[in-house]
Amino acid sequence: MRALVDITYDSNTVTAQLYGEIDHHIAPKIRKEIDSRCESLRPDLLRLDFKAVTFMDSSGVGLVMGRYRNIALLGGRLEVVNIPKPIEKVFSLSGLGRLGVLK
Amino acid sequence: MNIENQMKLSFLSRSVNEAFARAAVSAFILPLDPTVEELSDIRTAVSEAVTNCIVHAYPDRTGTVFLDAKITDTGKVIVKIRDKGVGIENIEQAMEPLFTTSSDERAGLGFAVMQSFCDKVRVRSAVGKGTCVTLEKTISSPTYDKR
Repeated sequence: MRALVDITYDSNTVTAQLYGEIDHHIAPKIRKEIDSRCESLRPDLLRLDFKAVTFMDSSGVGLVMGRYRNIALLGGRLEVVNIPKPIEKVFSLSGLGRLGVLK
Repeated sequence: MNIENQMKLSFLSRSVNEAFARAAVSAFILPLDPTVEELSDIRTAVSEAVTNCIVHAYPDRTGTVFLDAKITDTGKVIVKIRDKGVGIENIEQAMEPLFTTSSDERAGLGFAVMQSFCDKVRVRSAVGKGTCVTLEKTISSPTYDKR
């Protein structure tokens, strides 16, 4: 099965490169990958890179919010980068903009 | 206003079918030559409505989701997503942004997305009988090929 997420670790930062469509079906699989790597690596920063994401509904918002909560519990920060315009539109309906995590 | 085209689909309330429903509706409205944004809006709204059925309608079994799409001669797209599941007790509350009855990582934004991305959203539901969500969006400059 195609990779849904590529995770790299460098200088205390876990970068998760997400791919394709993020919906309710796919989100738990992405969540599992990211959570397990963060739990073992305990990074200062978790960066979610959206440049290769082609679709996202509010399940993606839930995914990001869950990661925000979890990384904070591990003592780290969250950053969401390279958000394509249509996906920005979905994020704008959430409170994530106000949390300063959307770059 | 006349119906130019129509399709009906039904599928199991399995999450793997969320992508299928999006693709089916996208393909159906493509002849209208929607803008990238219009297509994205409709796909996202349909995804939200279908996901709601899959997450909430049939808590103790796998049920059926019914999707019906129409295109009118004025370029209006009408998509009805229906289930015969548990129904919504309080529709107003269900449609409040951030409200969710799910214990998973659900943002509670499904209806907010539907309302923001569509011209009209109608919800009809009866507890124990099912729910029907109707989404309407008019494509700005439809070049519909009727052949």
